[in-house]
Formats: sequence, structure tokens, C-alpha cells
Amino acid sequence: MNVLFDNLPALLIAVPLFCAFLLPIIGRFLPQIRDAWIICASFAASLIAVITAFTVYTKGTIVYAFGAAAGSPAAPIDSGGIPFRIIFTIDGFGAFMLLSAAIVSFAVVLYLVSSQKERSGKSEFYALYLLLTAGIFGMVSTGDMFNFFVFLEINSLAGAALVSYHRRGGIAAEGALKYLIVNTVGGLMVLFSIGLLYAQYNSLNMAVIASQMTLSTLNIIALVLFITALAMKAGSVPFHFATPDAYSVAPSGITAVMIVASQAGLYGLFRILFTLYGDTFNTVTLGWIIIVLGVLSMVIGVTMAIPQKDVKRLLAYHAVSQTGYMLLGVGVALAVLGDPVAMASYGQTAMEGGLFHIINHAMYKGLLFLAVGAVIYRTGVWSLNKMGGLGHNMKWTMIFFLIGALAIAGIPPFNGFASKLMIYESVFAFNPALSIIAMVVSILTLASFMKVFHSMFMGPQLPEYAEVKEVPKLMIAGMVILTIFVIGFGLFPDLVVNNLVAPAGDALINKGAYITAVLGGGL
Amino acid sequence: MIANLPFIAVALLIGIALATILLKKNMIKMVMGLAMLEGAVNLFLVTLGYRENGIAPIFTNAPEGADMVLPTVQALTLTNIVIGVATTALMLVLVMVIYKKYGTVDADKMRRLKE
Amino acid sequence: MTIGLIAKTAGRLLVPFIFIFGFYIVVHGHLTPGGGFQGGAVIATGVALILVCYYYRECMEKFIPVTKFKLVESAGLLLFICTALAGLVVASGFLFNWLNATGGLFGNAVAYGINPGDLYTAGIIPILNFAIGIEVFGALSAVLMFMFAGLKEPTQEEEDAKAPVQNMHKGKIGGRK
Repeated sequence: MNVLFDNLPALLIAVPLFCAFLLPIIGRFLPQIRDAWIICASFAASLIAVITAFTVYTKGTIVYAFGAAAGSPAAPIDSGGIPFRIIFTIDGFGAFMLLSAAIVSFAVVLYLVSSQKERSGKSEFYALYLLLTAGIFGMVSTGDMFNFFVFLEINSLAGAALVSYHRRGGIAAEGALKYLIVNTVGGLMVLFSIGLLYAQYNSLNMAVIASQMTLSTLNIIALVLFITALAMKAGSVPFHFATPDAYSVAPSGITAVMIVASQAGLYGLFRILFTLYGDTFNTVTLGWIIIVLGVLSMVIGVTMAIPQKDVKRLLAYHAVSQTGYMLLGVGVALAVLGDPVAMASYGQTAMEGGLFHIINHAMYKGLLFLAVGAVIYRTGVWSLNKMGGLGHNMKWTMIFFLIGALAIAGIPPFNGFASKLMIYESVFAFNPALSIIAMVVSILTLASFMKVFHSMFMGPQLPEYAEVKEVPKLMIAGMVILTIFVIGFGLFPDLVVNNLVAPAGDALINKGAYITAVLGGGL
Repeated sequence: MIANLPFIAVALLIGIALATILLKKNMIKMVMGLAMLEGAVNLFLVTLGYRENGIAPIFTNAPEGADMVLPTVQALTLTNIVIGVATTALMLVLVMVIYKKYGTVDADKMRRLKE
Repeated sequence: MTIGLIAKTAGRLLVPFIFIFGFYIVVHGHLTPGGGFQGGAVIATGVALILVCYYYRECMEKFIPVTKFKLVESAGLLLFICTALAGLVVASGFLFNWLNATGGLFGNAVAYGINPGDLYTAGIIPILNFAIGIEVFGALSAVLMFMFAGLKEPTQEEEDAKAPVQNMHKGKIGGRK
């Protein structure tokens, strides 16, 4: 048992990979146990992720070197002090993202097992799903730049293959093709920057590059390429072209997991901005660039969402808008990074608000997509013009959709209110105009969701939906898991912020702590 | 000047590849532009490892007393080639599915998602 | 338009040599340039040669169906992950080189510096090369066969039915040559 606990970060990716590789053989020879196998595999992976996260919260940063006996440092004895092993470095921020990925991926598996029952090609579908889970877990845990790029590409390939799974007359292939082209160009830009950094510092380890980083022309070019490529992956304006197309044609459970994958792209962006570069440059300019990206995402996302008739495309534009909130909060924290007084008074709150919004967004947006997917599963239409009066038949789905809609609009006592309040307060102290824009966007979000709720669930019962029943129990179980977290995080925000979010914020702001944890205080 | 020639070639290739992706209407040509972009980044990575008068970084029957070029960037390039194979295969299969359902590979005609 | 008897025979003769060359690249991956992916891609080239010379339906009937290639791919992947996890069980490190310098299957010690290479060194690395080699071979062959399945190929009867008309236009006597 000690062997398992010492090697937890390796098991994070080994267990989903092993279960994914066994799935085609199980699907061919023993198809009866396929559903049970995927549920057990996803539960095991999520359990390992949660245990790893709590180990990090209680004992500090975990540094794990691959290919060495357990407990070895990243720098072997005979290498002259240069760390050359591939390492996983899980600090507070990584543990935070692991938690959100673990919860959403398990809830979605419960939903998918019952919504994919009559489809074909299930073995490869679940194998790709486990590969996507392994990719997300690896991307937020790694401490090596090239390993980050490899997991980024695994995410984009597995995501594009899953998006195009149900062909539906070709539109799924079109959405997946756009998603794949945008993500591949982004990945190649990241690789170009990694090459630039390797040529200067002769190391791929994040801590080694961070301890020697200066500000030269090549590093500025690398930084610009990183921001562009990772903002492309996270789906913020002006690179949001692939996000609504891909999210609207994918199966509904898959969209919920792809939101977590795009937030892993946000993880990469913040890790590079805060830990790799940190305060070697004038953070005010860069902070304002991130703030402008965030404000543009918020405004353009919500204004393009209002006239949409396809309900999943509308939800995808709202996802773009909510990404703007996260960029706004963390951008404010970046802008005041060099100023200790402002940092202590409102910068810390802004950072915690932005990070808290990441996990809240994964929960309530996942819940909304699952609820909308349940409606599409039973009725078969996805245009708002044709739906109506479904509240009579699908009571549970209506309640879950209502909870999700209130959470995204920022109404207490749900979790959206807690994180949005922190963002409003701190951004108001920084610059009042931005806070007012954020509140206006929140009101427009509420209006848009009231329209959707009214046209989907309210009104008289339409004759063609008279026999529509409630969805199967497993789908409701998946939605219940997400609802528990939406309500729980909303009722006890202090507990969550002090125990889960504050370590993540401290880990990002403290660049020196990260370097010391990996290099042992020497270099 | 002669040592900078590979970097100039990388810049030219990236320019041509980006122009192909953005300007061409045929989906197959867009996929080819993406393959060219990936080849340009691979060339950049391999060129970074070059050392003057170096030999291949292999110990089996190597000549004595010579510098070796960097092997790490060659491992990065190899991984990128593998990723590129998988990505190109997936993109070509998606283009085949689109051709079967839409009847065309013209990018202007693929507007069914915007309504 | 068939590809002709010469190409079919030459393809069938060349394929064993391509397979052997690819296998050589896979096995000697820790000594010379090459390794898992490169060797697997070369072996898949042999399958591509067969696919080009024969029609897809003939390939499926005479040679190997697609499901066998997918099983080969799964076998390669399972060998890789089991060898990596065996490092966890035997010596408490994921992907730890637990066969290095033990005198077992690939367990001779490696000499430092320039040496004529010894095939039986380097621990689990040749085993991982082999696993990746057969996985890449299975996966690339399956991809090629699925892509060829999407093409519209004329069957042999349609070819024979068209041929007399073609040769009549060209002025040949007596139908299909």
C-alpha cells in the first residue's frame, strides 16, 4: 500500500491509460461488463485525483520524478546538479484544477453510460474519453514544458475525435474539423516557443527556466506566442471561432468535459504568466492586456448569445462570456503583482475570485449542458422555436436547469454569486468602469437564461411532446452530483475559499516557492 | 550568414504555410498547409541543436574525438512527427466524411452551422 | 483500370523484405537510429504496398481483415503499459528500468563512451520499442484500410465488361488483352 501512496502522481495517468487500453479487448470479447468497467475506471481515476489533491493540501507541493525509484530528487546524483528527469510538480493550483476535473469527469460518465446505450462504437468512445481524462490530469500536474505540450496535443486530438462521434449528416465533422485546425495551429505555436526557451536556457524543466528568466526580445516573442496559443485553446475572444461550433455539435456529456479541457488551457496560461515569467517584466501592461481580453470575451460572448436559436450554441457563447470573468479577475491580480500594498488589499481577492470562478463554472456549466442534453435526448429537437411546455413532463430536468441558470446569473445562494461578488469588489477597487461592465454582462446573462427557461419549460403542453417521459435514473444521478457541489459551494463559500482557493492563489503568486520545491533551494 | 540560412528557410516556410491555411478554399489544401507548418516547426527544432562540425549523437562505432549535436531536440522533433501523423490522419478522415455528406470540399460551402 | 500483373507480383515479392527491414529498425532502436515509431511506420509501408496493388475487397478476402490489426494494436499498447506498471511492482518506480544490469533478458551492463554496440543491453527499452513498433504497425495499417474502404473501386466484373469497348476504340482485335 505504501508503494501506491508514494507513486500517486504516476497512477494519475497510468490508471486511466491502462483502463483505456483494455477497453477495445473487453468490447470485443466481453461486452456485458463494458458499462461497469468504464464506471469503475472513471471512479478509480477520480478517486486517485482527489487523494492526490488532498495530499498536496495537507503536506505541500509534491515533486515526482518519472523513471526513478520513489523519493528521488529530480536531479540525479551523477548529473552535476542539472535536473534532467521528467517531473510532475503538483502545487496548490494544480491540486485545485485536479479536483474540478475529477468531479466533472465522474459525473459525466454516469450521464454518458445511459445516454449512449443505443449507439454503436461504444468501446472506442469510452477509450477516447479515458484518454481525454488522462490528458487533462497530466496537463495540470506536469512540471516539464515539453510534457505540457504533449498533453495539450492529446487533449485536442481526443477532444476532436469525441466531438465528431455522432455524424448527424456531416455537421459534427465540420465542427470537429474547425476545432482540430485551430487547436493544432495553437499547439504548433506553443512548440515554437518551447524551442525558443530551450535554445536559450538548455533545459525543459519549468523551475530551471523560471529561475533563470530574464527579459530579452526572444523571451517577449515566446510570451506573445504562448498567450495567443493558450487563449486560442481557452476560447477567449478574439480566437473564439472554434468554440461555439464544436460545443454545439458534440454529444452533451462530451461538451461538459471539453469545458474542463479548455480550462486546463487557462491553467497553462496562468502557470506561464505567473511562474515562468513572474515579475521579471512590467506586469501592469501585461495585466491590462489580459483584462482587455477578458472584457471583450464577456461582452461579445453575451451579445452573440442572446439572438441564438440553437440552445447548445447559446450555452457555448455563454461559456465564452464566463471565461472573460476568469481572465478579468486574474488579470487584475497580475496588474498589481508588483505592488504589495494593493496586492494585500484587493489583488489577493481578485485572484481568488478568478480561480474560484474556474471551478464554479465547470460545475454549473456542466450541469446546464447535461440538463439541455437530457431534453434533446427525449425530444430530439435542439431549436428553441420548436420546444415548449416541457415542464409538465420533465420536472427533475426543469429543476436542475433552473438551478444552473440561477447559478450562472449570480443569484445567491448558489456558487456563481460567491465568486462573482469577489470579482466585483476587487475590480471596483482597481477600476470602477470594469466592474460596471461586469455587472451589466451579468444582468444580460440573467435575461438570456430567463428567455431560454421560459421557451423550453414554461407554457402549455404541446401535443407532440405528450409522451415525453423523464430521463433515466443514471443521467439524473450525474446531474445530482454536480448540483450538490453547486449548492454546497454557494452555501459555504468561506470554507471553500480558505481551504481550497487560497492555497492555489498563494502558489501562483509565490514564484520562489515553486522553484524551491523543485530545485531544493540550491540553484 | 551561412549559419542563419536554416532559420530564414523556417521563416519562409511558416509564412507560406500560414498563407495557405488562410487563403485557400479547398479543404485538402488547407490540410496540406497545416502539414507544411508542422514541417517548418520540426526544421526549426532540429536546427537549434546543430553544433559546428558535429556528428550524429550515437555511441555505437562513432569516430573518436568529435563533437556531437544535441539529441534532446531530436527527441522533441520525433514526438512532434508522431503527433503530426495522428492529427493529419484524423483531419483527412474528417474531410472524407464531409465530402461524402456535403458533396464538396469547398470551405465557402460549409456554412451549415451558422444559421 | 487495374494496376497490372507486374506490379502485383513485384509487390508480393517485396513485402517480406520491407517487413524484415522494419523489424530490424525496431529491434536495434537502442543502438542505432530508429526505434519504435520509425520501425512500425516502415512495417506499415508494406501493408500500404499490398493495399495499392490489390483492390480493397480482394485484400480483405485474401489477406487479413481489419479486426486483426486492431487486436495487434491493443496487444502492443497493453505490453507497453504492463511493462511500465511492472516497474512499479518490482522496484517501486513507474517506468523504472528494472531489467538494467541484472543479467536477465536484456540485462547486460552498458559500457560508457564509444563502443561497438551490444544488442542485449538497456533493460526495458528494447521491450518498449517492440511494443510501440507493433502498436504503430497495427494502428497505421488499420487507418489505411479504413481510408481505402471509403473509396469507390470498380469490381473485377465491371472491369471485364468495359474492356472490349475500350480495345475496340483503340483498334485492337479480339477483345481484352
